Amino acid sequence: MTASRQGAPGFSLSRLADVILPKLVLAPTVLACLVGFYVFIGWTAWLSFTESRMLPRYEWAGLVQYVELFGNDRWWGAMQNLGVFGGLFILVSLTLGLLMAVLLDQKIRFEGAIRTLYLYPMALSFIVTGTAWKWILNPGLGLEKLAHDWGFTGVTFDWIINPDFAIYTVVIAGVWQSSGFVMALFLAGLRGVDDSIIKAAQMDGASLPTIYTRIIIPSLRPVFLSAFMILAHIAVKSFDLVMALTGGGPGFATDLPSIFMYQHGFTRGQLGLGAASAMMMLFTACAVVMPLLYSELRRERRG
Amino acid sequence: MADYQQSLQAKLIRFGIYAVLVLMALWYLAPLYVMLSTSFKTLDEIRAGNLLSLPGTFSLDAWSAAWSTACTGVECGGMKSYFANSLKMMIPAVLISTLVGAFNGYILSMWRFKGSDMFFMALLIGTFLPYQVVILPMAQVLGWLELENSTGRLVLVHVIYGLQFTTLFFRNYYVTVPGELVKAARIDGAGFFRIFFKILLPISVPTIMVCLIWQTTQIWNDYLFGVVFSSGEGQPMTVALNNLVNTSTGVKQYNVDMAAAIIAALPTLLVYMVGGKYFVRGLTAGAVKG
Repeated sequence: MTASRQGAPGFSLSRLADVILPKLVLAPTVLACLVGFYVFIGWTAWLSFTESRMLPRYEWAGLVQYVELFGNDRWWGAMQNLGVFGGLFILVSLTLGLLMAVLLDQKIRFEGAIRTLYLYPMALSFIVTGTAWKWILNPGLGLEKLAHDWGFTGVTFDWIINPDFAIYTVVIAGVWQSSGFVMALFLAGLRGVDDSIIKAAQMDGASLPTIYTRIIIPSLRPVFLSAFMILAHIAVKSFDLVMALTGGGPGFATDLPSIFMYQHGFTRGQLGLGAASAMMMLFTACAVVMPLLYSELRRERRG
Repeated sequence: MADYQQSLQAKLIRFGIYAVLVLMALWYLAPLYVMLSTSFKTLDEIRAGNLLSLPGTFSLDAWSAAWSTACTGVECGGMKSYFANSLKMMIPAVLISTLVGAFNGYILSMWRFKGSDMFFMALLIGTFLPYQVVILPMAQVLGWLELENSTGRLVLVHVIYGLQFTTLFFRNYYVTVPGELVKAARIDGAGFFRIFFKILLPISVPTIMVCLIWQTTQIWNDYLFGVVFSSGEGQPMTVALNNLVNTSTGVKQYNVDMAAAIIAALPTLLVYMVGGKYFVRGLTAGAVKG
């Protein structure tokens, strides 16, 4: 940046432009980011400490909304659903993704074509995915009918309208959409593993499964971390998939914090409560992501 | 004999691997097949057959209904106007956020100043936030701005919340470009814009592709912003599709639902098929942040 200090006087005008222009061009983004994220978070936080209902009010009311939220059975149901859905969604996606990546890494013919097939759901909207699975899981005409037509007449498959099982249908659709992406992450990780380590282990007589479980998979730790963070992020903000698949029902069986937030903040005229639930979602996201991010940053500094 | 057994075992394992891979491929393909075949069936065929049965007549009625006559709530104009809404929202939002992101990435890598690294961190943290925490104030601000037009509102919102990703893509690419290139150009008297347009932009084509594809899929597929910030006839495709599928009036027309779902999926599927390589690169770059 100190390229030509000795420039002629006429030159200094463009020099000045070079100092100002970058800041000027970046300014709108700085403004958008500061307002769109940080001011708005503070604003939501403020709303959560007021008694706002249909319209925002800005008189301080203390913790009333949080007291109401924590006493609200529907909220805890939604949080519990998030735990079940998020836990299973992440676990199954990681397992399937890793399995598929390892299998695809065995010098498979048509690997490119297979990869393309595994990943295309990621290009779809969760609304499309939800619509498709809602139809497949239709209790009268969907999978159940298929099983009956194939001769398994005793089969009932009504998870999507069964309050005890509906949340698992969200897991199925979510995994269908996202596991291919996890596969792509792991495959990229596997391709980055140093070949010489594997060759050395083979010379020592280690079998392929041992090499995978002892050497390769442990070395994929950073991939596990980033995959986990992305999946956790998708889970916490999950909204469209459930809206399209079950609408949060039957009853509140597949209700999630995001749906709770949307309904109280936008359709039920409970702004303050909606803001409080949004803040809790933010804390949930931070609680999941921050420790991982922190430990990763520390490792990077040390390494 | 031992050799023979070993090679037989190896063959069996290979067969097993291919079998699992093919089964997985079927599991990913099945919903698409079901959607397609259902959309070509008549309602009677749907009731008589099952998910996997092929359509007998390949009727296009469901498609034309989905496109121009299906009812979402009180409106009965099909999906076409909502499809157009999504396009009108997506094209400007994608172009603006990509262009601004390119400039941002250029500044944050080649023209760093005091505080610019900190700003980049602040922007990165934004990628982890659930949008629920900003939509209430955003709705309020859009009200104050008296921006009544749904498309305009959505373009603004998508640009604001897309900039973090586009900036990230370009910044991460430009830090790999040798700084000497820019320094030399500056000695030759090239200024801020000239260096960008003459030197950096021509070598940015892959990153531009990643950005365009990432933003296109994000914006086209968005539902939350659409449902919160748009209303009535101005809603995007995803919102209209959900309204169509979850309208409870009249006989449920599964074939029309499926045709509409495929129409909603087509643009992003097309983008994926044409630019799959960049799509994957964007996903992994967006994932392995910083």
